[in-house]
Amino acid sequence: MSAVLEAQPTSATARQRGKNADALSRLARREQHALLGLTLPALVIVGCVVLIPMGWLFWLSFVGDNGFTLVNYERLLHPSYRLTLYTTFQLAVLVTALCLVLGYPLAYLAVQLPPRWASILLICVLFPFWTSLLVRTYAWLVLLQRRGLVNEWLQGIGLIDEPLRLVHNFTGTTIGMTHIMLPFMVLPLYATMKSIDEGYMRAAANLGASPIKAFWQIFVPLSVPGLAAGLIVVFVLSLGFYVTPALLGGGRVMMWAMQIERSVAVYSDWGAASALGVVLLVITLGILWLVSRLTGAFSIAGGK
Amino acid sequence: MLNRPATSTQITHFRRLWLYVFCGLVILFLIVPTLLVIPMSFSGSRYLTFPPESWSTRWYSAYFNSIEWRDATWVSFQAAIWTTVVATISGTLAAYGLHTARLAAGRYIQVLLALPMMIPVILLAIGVFIFFAPLGLNNSIPGLVLAHSALAIPLVLISVTAGLHNFDLNQEMVARSMGASRPWAFLTVTLPQIRNSVISGALLAFITSLDEVVIALLIAGGEKATLTRRMFLALRDEIDPTIAAISTLLIAVSIILLALTQFLQSGRKS
Repeated sequence: MSAVLEAQPTSATARQRGKNADALSRLARREQHALLGLTLPALVIVGCVVLIPMGWLFWLSFVGDNGFTLVNYERLLHPSYRLTLYTTFQLAVLVTALCLVLGYPLAYLAVQLPPRWASILLICVLFPFWTSLLVRTYAWLVLLQRRGLVNEWLQGIGLIDEPLRLVHNFTGTTIGMTHIMLPFMVLPLYATMKSIDEGYMRAAANLGASPIKAFWQIFVPLSVPGLAAGLIVVFVLSLGFYVTPALLGGGRVMMWAMQIERSVAVYSDWGAASALGVVLLVITLGILWLVSRLTGAFSIAGGK
Repeated sequence: MLNRPATSTQITHFRRLWLYVFCGLVILFLIVPTLLVIPMSFSGSRYLTFPPESWSTRWYSAYFNSIEWRDATWVSFQAAIWTTVVATISGTLAAYGLHTARLAAGRYIQVLLALPMMIPVILLAIGVFIFFAPLGLNNSIPGLVLAHSALAIPLVLISVTAGLHNFDLNQEMVARSMGASRPWAFLTVTLPQIRNSVISGALLAFITSLDEVVIALLIAGGEKATLTRRMFLALRDEIDPTIAAISTLLIAVSIILLALTQFLQSGRKS
């Protein structure tokens, strides 16, 4: 019963008003639920592709021939799996670090430049983003091959005598992955840096800070939200990356995602694949959850 | 400290020359490798070198004359177009519902709908493969469209939600107080004004589906092989120069789509 009814039980008009308010709020609530109902088609699609299949994988990872088992998880301790996980983390850390070193100055320059130049620079960052992953991987495959442009050029300027092995190994995978991941670092960084008030830097300069000191003590700390978003997105995407390592690694660089695919496609071993998948999923979502708790809402979308 | 000349607190262009040079190199690293594919696709020799020793369009004729490549392209375009339709409609409805309902439950729904973006694609591919098998959706266009739509919905959601934030919902209220029904008010008042965000979302959905490899690798075999699936397998087994021609065509598609989104964004600002 509404508060209005209890406060003035004798007045008929007030009672009527209370009833009306009641009916109105019920109507409003029903309308809100109907509006949420509009999310249903999207939820059904995501349910069919994400929720049910992921639940199924989770179930498969715990089921053996005789019911519940942890044998699939115990196998992850086997040296060959351990090597894969180690390679994956090593590569993800390396690629994330390279993206930081290459991406931070680029984002910084983009906010400093006049709008016209900044937009040209941003389009250069967005262009790879819109270009097919396979096309870019293919480009590196051709460039880095034994008689490819990079080797010819390095020999041409006399830096090396023999062509280097740049592709179908760890080096090639690192170069290709850094190229693919760099926009994911630059875009959130740029969005955050753009929102930093220039006044802070001017104030620091006014108070006598040298440009370098102002940069490290004022600008860098203020850019941390974008930095965290960029680092996490690149790291998490690298952990689960399949296409580029599979092609540029030439089968020699075994990544987590490739191990999962191989367990299914070559060995039809669903138990191993799903256990690997569940661990990857838990780590991925765990990192994302932790970061979203630490930084509040964080946008992966960046400038996309 | 304060008696230093002002210039000592200012960075001159010369002192940060290294920054310009460094960023220039990073930009080259970002765009040059992809662009080099274009001249290489016109190479006359089987061995891909740059610059090509002789010029020809033989790899383009190889592509256009190959029934396999043409079929794969057709499958990819069909899947991409249907994905665009499904993801744009369901994503826009969801964005509108979440934006206008303002219920606490909306936050959880939002997280659920963002999941496809966060989960490694290889897991989605394998999960979808086992779930679709009993439903007979593997190796079919509807199966591909369903899976690709899930990947594209978060992108449409983000794009349309951004558009709705810049739109004053009171305008829709006005239309409804004048007697328009909610769907009619949405279609005639709201939708035309968030049009650019919806189109941006649709373009993102299209390119997401067109470029998707990993799911297609698992669930699109036989006659329903997509372009990217065939490209991946061709690249893994042996580099076929035909791929240079296909890549160049795909680069053209991405440049057109990128230009369209830039155009839409500049329209939104003004």
